[in-house]
Amino acid sequence: MGDKIYRVDMNTLSYSIEDVPSDWLGLGGRGLTSTIIAKEVDPECHPLGPNNKMVFAPGLLSGTSAANSGRNSLGAKSPLTGGIKESNVGGTSAGIFSKLGVKALIIEGIPQDESKFYQLHVTKEKVEFIEVPELVGKDNYEVLDTMLEKYDKKVAVMSIGRPGENCMLTANVSVKDPQGKLRSHGRGGLGAVMGSKKIKCITVDAEKYKEVTIADPEKFKAASKIFTQALQKNPISGEGLPAYGTNVLVNIINEAGGLPTRNFRAGKYEFAENICGETMAEIINSRDGKTTHACHAGCVIQCSQVYNDKENNYLTSGFEYEMIWAFGANLGIKDLDQIAKIDALMDDLGLDAIETGVALGLAVDAGILEYGDGEKAYSLIADDLANATPLGRIIGSGTEILGKIYGLVRVPTVKGQAIPAYEPRAIKGQGVTYVTSPMGADHTAGYAVATNILNSGGFVDPLKKDGQVELSRNLQIATAAVDSTGMCIFVAFPALDEPECLPALIDMINARFGINLTGDDVTNLGKSILKLEKEFNDKAGLTKADDRIPEFMKYEKLPPHNTIWDFTNEEIDAFWDF
Amino acid sequence: MSEMIQVTVKLFAQYRDNRFKVKEIGYKDGTTAQDIIEDLGIHNDKLPLGVLMINSKHQEETTLMRDGDTISLFPKVGGG
Ligand code: SF4
Repeated sequence: MGDKIYRVDMNTLSYSIEDVPSDWLGLGGRGLTSTIIAKEVDPECHPLGPNNKMVFAPGLLSGTSAANSGRNSLGAKSPLTGGIKESNVGGTSAGIFSKLGVKALIIEGIPQDESKFYQLHVTKEKVEFIEVPELVGKDNYEVLDTMLEKYDKKVAVMSIGRPGENCMLTANVSVKDPQGKLRSHGRGGLGAVMGSKKIKCITVDAEKYKEVTIADPEKFKAASKIFTQALQKNPISGEGLPAYGTNVLVNIINEAGGLPTRNFRAGKYEFAENICGETMAEIINSRDGKTTHACHAGCVIQCSQVYNDKENNYLTSGFEYEMIWAFGANLGIKDLDQIAKIDALMDDLGLDAIETGVALGLAVDAGILEYGDGEKAYSLIADDLANATPLGRIIGSGTEILGKIYGLVRVPTVKGQAIPAYEPRAIKGQGVTYVTSPMGADHTAGYAVATNILNSGGFVDPLKKDGQVELSRNLQIATAAVDSTGMCIFVAFPALDEPECLPALIDMINARFGINLTGDDVTNLGKSILKLEKEFNDKAGLTKADDRIPEFMKYEKLPPHNTIWDFTNEEIDAFWDF
Repeated sequence: MSEMIQVTVKLFAQYRDNRFKVKEIGYKDGTTAQDIIEDLGIHNDKLPLGVLMINSKHQEETTLMRDGDTISLFPKVGGG
């Protein structure tokens, strides 16, 4: 393989193209970004200072014909959590990086002249630094359109909007998808890191790439077929996700009493039916939209969709459960169109839907707006946050800081990151993932909802403590490994329930690189990634006391089940016994 | 003559197609969740039963229904 490491120094505006060190050869995606961050970044550095680095790495199978393998990882020290971060995304960047032979793109340093923003253009031979004064103060779609005019339509684009330029902790890094819409490296304030490095956008040449080389094409083809069939025959990835998208979860999580409502005051939302996946599918179909849509080429699940407005004009896509929950149940908005409008706005600005939505839910407690006031929520984002007014900066700093500024106690965060759309008191396995994941409160890090609520991979009672730490540990180990392959997280459902799925995935990796990984090797890879991330966090100053749920969840009973968070510290700390 | 019980039946995702979203239905005392599933033809549905909740808690199909219960039926669903 002729893969290389592309290293960019923003301080000197120079680059180098390096051989891949032998111990990085078998790594991709999260395994590689976390390895590089742990090795090269001082854990005590300021995340927005010159010593933090951004590392992009496509998954091991990205760029191949393997179904759902087009996820790209972005790693850095997070300005939101103060710990290590990996956030992965669909879109076209992973496939193009792989085909170009970019094993990882490492960006270090900060320009001496801090008044300028740059575009980085990565081609096979070089990295260009282009000043882009005309794009400063613009948002993602304008940047995207400008790049699509300048280059071939297939060019990969990663960009930040105004919140990223302003180094806000809710800012994400947005990525072009095959239809020219946006996906995002959502969590952890990575858009702020990109802003601190004065990079407005990164483009990757899609004209001169070659197909990735496969060591054993026959074996690859056979394994790929089994894998695709497993994805298609599994009822969740084959039927549920394409029909309703991830938003099918609103009803089931609500029925189970685990849908965080009005800043985590209840587990049921009385207007769930207004915003649920079934209602959304009806609206989409009645307006000539699409219920299936892929965030990257080669996705056979297609959980995304095209959501049109009342006049049948495009409004948004990638309209996901987390977003709909954050502004729906959590902020009390019951009109799906209003949430869709906010979704489109946030895509353009490049904001993490979860962090922003939870911060706004808390802003109600602060007296800034009222539940259900979608107009006000829209204007707080479009006017205040986008223009970085003092109030906009407070909201754009995320949930934890907003809570501190307004003297609030009921602040739903772990390691400074907002808790997503599953109540830890009613879905306890998921709560274990929130408190133990090195990423902070992240639902994708170990999706215990699958086994607590969805009967995937067996059943562990969501309201009891028994078995939850073990469940979350096993899931987090598996997820760390899967995040290294470039596979979309929803591969987890067939992987949990179809016995041939994981072996086929491993066979594809083996056939791609001509190696002989076993299932145990993959588990060990997952374990070592988690430990490496934890070690970085320890050195960054995070302690056991950061592996804790917000205190109010220990004494405030959550209706309808009236449960509290009742794990002892010892029970939680035992997570790391492996 | 056996007593009647009132049960609120809620259906989700594809189970709603050609059926309903929510309905109060009277059943004979002694009816189990399985009886309701069969009564609605869900045992023969293209999509097998994924999740069964009674009063917001996961339960077995053999569970005896009581007056005033809410039963929620889902095919396998997922997301994240
Ligand atoms: S299933 Fe959804 S998130 Fe996963 S690759 Fe397909 S469209 Fe993207």
